[in-house]
Amino acid sequence: MQMSRDELKRAYTRLFRIRAFEERVVKEFAAGKIPGFAHVYLGQEASGVGVCHDLTDKDLIGSTHRGHGHCIAKGCDVKGMMLEIMGKAGGLCGGKGGSMHIADLSKGMLGANAIVGGAPPIAVGAALTQKYKKTGCVSIAFSGDGASNQGTVFEAMNMAVVLKVPAIFIFENNGYGEHTAASYSVGGGSIADRARSFGMPAEVVDGVDFFAVHEAMSRALDHCRPGTGPYALEIRCYRFMGHFVGDPQAYRTQDELKEARAHDPLPLFRKKVTNAKLLDGMELDAIEETVLAEVEDAAQTAIAAPLPDIKSLETDVYAHY
Amino acid sequence: MAKKSYRAAINDALRSEMRRNPDIIILGEDVAGGQGASGEVGGVGSVFGVLGGLYKEFGPTRVIDTPISESAIIGAAAGAALTGLRPVAEIMFVDFVGVCFDQIYNQTAKFRYMFGGKAKTPMVIRATIGAGFRAGAQHSQSMHPLFTMIPGLKVVMPSNAYDAKGLLLEALRGEDPVIYLEAKTLYDKEVEVPDEAYRIPFGEANVLREGKDVTIVAFGPMVPRALAVAQTLSKDGISIEVVDPRTTSPLDEDTILDSVEKTGRLVLVDESPPRCSLASDVAAMVAEPPRQGLRAVPVHRNNEAVRVRRPRHSLVGAADGQPGQSGQHGKY
Repeated sequence: MQMSRDELKRAYTRLFRIRAFEERVVKEFAAGKIPGFAHVYLGQEASGVGVCHDLTDKDLIGSTHRGHGHCIAKGCDVKGMMLEIMGKAGGLCGGKGGSMHIADLSKGMLGANAIVGGAPPIAVGAALTQKYKKTGCVSIAFSGDGASNQGTVFEAMNMAVVLKVPAIFIFENNGYGEHTAASYSVGGGSIADRARSFGMPAEVVDGVDFFAVHEAMSRALDHCRPGTGPYALEIRCYRFMGHFVGDPQAYRTQDELKEARAHDPLPLFRKKVTNAKLLDGMELDAIEETVLAEVEDAAQTAIAAPLPDIKSLETDVYAHY
Repeated sequence: MAKKSYRAAINDALRSEMRRNPDIIILGEDVAGGQGASGEVGGVGSVFGVLGGLYKEFGPTRVIDTPISESAIIGAAAGAALTGLRPVAEIMFVDFVGVCFDQIYNQTAKFRYMFGGKAKTPMVIRATIGAGFRAGAQHSQSMHPLFTMIPGLKVVMPSNAYDAKGLLLEALRGEDPVIYLEAKTLYDKEVEVPDEAYRIPFGEANVLREGKDVTIVAFGPMVPRALAVAQTLSKDGISIEVVDPRTTSPLDEDTILDSVEKTGRLVLVDESPPRCSLASDVAAMVAEPPRQGLRAVPVHRNNEAVRVRRPRHSLVGAADGQPGQSGQHGKY
């Protein structure tokens, strides 16, 4: 653990920001304030925050339908996100994207993608730009265990190896693709082995431990920044909630849910940094208090905000037509 | 002015624009050809030789051979376009879009809208269309109606070398994703093509021949055939106006409607299957609301061979494991 106190505070801020934001999304969804579908990242916080900790705004990420956590980890504004999720005019995409299509190119966030396996080919293209323009930056594709079964992902991994682009494939294996267990759907069982078979280094990482994710990601960045080819991480984590908010989850036993929630990345982070006497409990509590106020403000602002003008339905389809 | 083939005109447009704009890259299967092999690299220049010489001039960083992975080709082009490049991606035969269609209509065409106008995807997808080579059902189709219905995508169908160059330069300087459909049967056809760069705006139909008795609207490779028919029938005293829309999205409705208003009759000639086609779409546009002076119901002539017949009594005998009788057929 070689992080400064400021870095540790930034990491915990992001971990807790995702936790508080997603819990608020669950609440507002139940209250009917959020249209469409919402897929929350609760339980997976250490993955996104660990992966994005050392990235700059020029490093690019492509995300998934479960993308709120990736947005926050990459530095997107939570008020802009909450407005977007509620389909309001001031949202990061003007209310046109919603929960599953949040993007903020200024932060290097190339968009959440509601097609499972949709983002990896795009991330390879973004990595091609990084290589062509000799930026020394990387492009990251977040996918899940479900997407690891998509042909597009295989094509993207192979293409990244063939073109030797700085792409990092992050497979967040949370045990479930929608309502089907990865133990059933991932033939062979190991996503990391699949990535290796395409000719790139791959690691299996404990996604509950922020520090384990961060260390593995440091190795991935060291490998990719010179532009010699891609890298993959299979991050094993737990999905605390169902596939979508409101999923009754009859397919999971209460015992399994209890077991999943025992693997909570936030208390683990607190324990590690307080045991090592890097931060104390009061400092961590103060971060939580600040973040809760920020999320409260985001939610209140979003609820009160106006819907987009009806005319905006027909704009932004083409640059020029 | 020198005559150039349709193939040479496309090559000309790409070469001149790649010299001008370093952000243009080409990627696709065998766009150079020969990578990893024992002989020459770059000698293929795409399956119909359209990209001949480009690898030699621009090298492997700009003329990029990919694996046979259409989803990764289109996805990588979209990702590169989203992040500042201007890719030209090739789908060798348009029939292959089935394996990468998501990347075209859910990704490439949707980014701008989904991200509230903050993203742009300036890229060109080149693909070959049409029958005429006896190449079978998976290498002969024309899928332009499928693309034309996708918001966010522009659809270009050049019917001659002059248009091929001007329309491609327009695509390469625009900010929207474009699918550019090359008619395989026209690659060797020559017309006069200027050496210098020129742009043909999208959504402006070309009236190739003026007439007063009937309007023919033809698409892509059907345009030269329509002109030939017009020439033949002129000997019988029938005066035919031939309209080439050049782009189906955007579509120049006014030029078509003005022509039909003048002639009072419309024949649509298109190579795609008839249902939900450009022909049926334009026929409906012309017929509704009823137009002053329309003297006949619009006729559209699609490829009747692909109007698939279905057996009326296909379930007869199925219960006892016998194949269905298909003696009686009906068009649907």
